[in-house]
Amino acid sequence: MPFSRAINAGLRAALSGSDRVLLMGEDIGKLGGVFRVTEGLQAEFGEQRVLDTPLAESGLVGTAIGLAMAGFRPVVEIQFDGFVFPAFDQITTQLAKLTNRHEGALQMPVVIRIPYGGHIGAVEHHQESPEAYFTHTAGLRVVSPSTPNDGYWMIQDAIASPDPVIFLEPKSKYWQKGEVDTSARALPLHASRIVRRGTDITLVGHGAMVTTMLQAAALAEAEGTSIEVVDLRSLSPVDYGPILDSVRRTGRMVYAQEAPGFTSLGSEVAASVMERAFYALEAPVLRVSGFDVPFPPAKLEGAYLPDADRILEAVDRSLAY
Amino acid sequence: MIPVDDAALVRFLEADGTFAPSPAAEPYRQAVESLSDADLETFYRDMAVIRAFDVQATNLQRQGQLALWPPSYGQEAAQVGSARAARAQDHLFPSYREHVVTKIRGVDPIDIIRVMRGLTHGGWDPTDPKNGNTHIYTLVLGSQTLHATGFGMGLVFDGRCGTGDLDRDEAVIVYYGDGASSQGDVHEAMVFAGSYRTPEVFFLQNNQWAISVPVATQSRSPLYKRGEGYGMPSTLIDGNDVLASWAVTRTALDEARAGGGPQAIEAMTYRLGAHTTSDDPTKYRTSDEEESWRRRDPIARMKAFLIGKGASDAFFADVDAESQALADDVRTRTNALGGLERDDMFAHVYSEQHPLVDEQRQWLADYEASFEGGAS
Ligand SMILES: Cc1ncc(C[n+]2csc(CCOP(=O)(O)OP(=O)(O)O)c2C)c(N)n1
Repeated sequence: MPFSRAINAGLRAALSGSDRVLLMGEDIGKLGGVFRVTEGLQAEFGEQRVLDTPLAESGLVGTAIGLAMAGFRPVVEIQFDGFVFPAFDQITTQLAKLTNRHEGALQMPVVIRIPYGGHIGAVEHHQESPEAYFTHTAGLRVVSPSTPNDGYWMIQDAIASPDPVIFLEPKSKYWQKGEVDTSARALPLHASRIVRRGTDITLVGHGAMVTTMLQAAALAEAEGTSIEVVDLRSLSPVDYGPILDSVRRTGRMVYAQEAPGFTSLGSEVAASVMERAFYALEAPVLRVSGFDVPFPPAKLEGAYLPDADRILEAVDRSLAY
Repeated sequence: MIPVDDAALVRFLEADGTFAPSPAAEPYRQAVESLSDADLETFYRDMAVIRAFDVQATNLQRQGQLALWPPSYGQEAAQVGSARAARAQDHLFPSYREHVVTKIRGVDPIDIIRVMRGLTHGGWDPTDPKNGNTHIYTLVLGSQTLHATGFGMGLVFDGRCGTGDLDRDEAVIVYYGDGASSQGDVHEAMVFAGSYRTPEVFFLQNNQWAISVPVATQSRSPLYKRGEGYGMPSTLIDGNDVLASWAVTRTALDEARAGGGPQAIEAMTYRLGAHTTSDDPTKYRTSDEEESWRRRDPIARMKAFLIGKGASDAFFADVDAESQALADDVRTRTNALGGLERDDMFAHVYSEQHPLVDEQRQWLADYEASFEGGAS
């Protein structure tokens, strides 16, 4: 089933499972959202469970906070990554801190779904990778599924979490198909996963970059290099176990991401792996990133986004140490 | 000039305590006349007692016991009237100056002191019945108007309003200032409130100043008129008249709870003190202006009214004694407040276990322990 349908099925399961779950967003009802992720849900669950809200992002997140205070579990859809910033204050100043400010007396089970990242040739402010803003904020959990099966399960786990979850959906994957096993969850929400075994070097990344890393691994194999690929899945907290295991076996690591590299998630993971597995490393941990420029116009995104070749260039540099 | 003589203004008590309802007050007259002498005395007591607390807290700050204090001095009538108008089942979302609102609802004033002393970012649990459904202070201006509106949406979705049972149906009141009224969040809150017809009262205390910036910089049209633009009945009251504040808020809350949708109230009042203890009002406003508002002091006004109605000296003496007792108690308990454990900063960052937080808590504990047994 396609990734977008898998998230849709996960949302349906959560809506059926508890009548405290609400979906809120712009155009998510009749239209089913601009990416159709919520298609059919309003018809099935009614206008009070799937709300077409006024066009106001701060209002959307701020009222979701109030609804959580009133005992609901709101799932907010932000239409595109570039439009989350009007709500940034409510997310970082309010949502992230309210459990702490209430000394644990109040939980904030709010999920914010954000389609993010490039690869779709969109116009300005429709392709961004804002994950570091959220991973930098204590109190938020940040996750990003990269497969339909993860989309189906992780959205349900995010909704079940008593903490606020920023749920980043790699928008270029919405049409990608994959197996969904609705009978059993593969991994907990905050586990990372080795998606391809290899012996020479470890590639780590998340979201749409997982596909790119797998392409790089396939190309490298033809040339005799064995690459292991780790899908982070949870961006905050990071599950270092599988990453460190892998690095201890391969001795090398490259982090690949679409976001600009400066003070990014890749910087954090690289530094942490160096602190924790220094003696296992044969080479410094390298990062492959978007450049530190505004996400360029679509005609240049191919030059901006790391592709398999840019990843392999870093792999070669690492192996040359 | 400060526009307090608008024909729309609801006022019962003149500045000298004369009972003289303005034309706009007529619809509320019956409600006010139904108040018992005991009710009226309670209003006065609330206002006087909190002023003593406020003065004490200001002194405590001056003496280095608190990091900051936002005085409520001068705004007691707007706060007491509106808080007494709320029914037990209502939900209150204050900003950061509503000391008497929280006290009336049952929050222990020492819990506000704890915030201002740097012991907590919250102070109390709004879900604990003893706190009367009162939410914690919000220092980021306007944010709480959205939380209140979302809460109101929840009441609508759960059918907890609009059933026609005044003793059971719930409503929400949210407090904010004239400066905060410029924030986008307040506008978005009004949009959502209107769209979902939340059972909610937007209670704006226009105390004329946002720190040093006069209300004319926030708006060139009367703020209460903004409510109309969002489809809300909107009322202007003399915020230094506790009777007007009570009557109009009671009516607005009851209409909202009955399914009438959100309402807006602008209470025209004045912050007689500083914005906070870090502020110097002499830099931006004249003593003439302050003096003109001092003559409209809400407590003196109510006192004159009560004396005219025959309130006893013993009553006023009793209020003074209670005020003194609260002030003393707050000083004693402030001095007795303990500190925090280092571990406390790691508590409640998340509701569920979080490895990064756990790791850092453990690291700090080990680091601390390394000094205890170590050579010195
Ligand atoms: C978003 C935001 N911006 C700035 C401030 C700093 N600040 C605190 S109070 C204040 C003035 C608020 O005025 P008003 O809303 O009229 O309320 P009042 O303090 O007069 O009760 C300012 C600018 C803040 N707390 N939040």
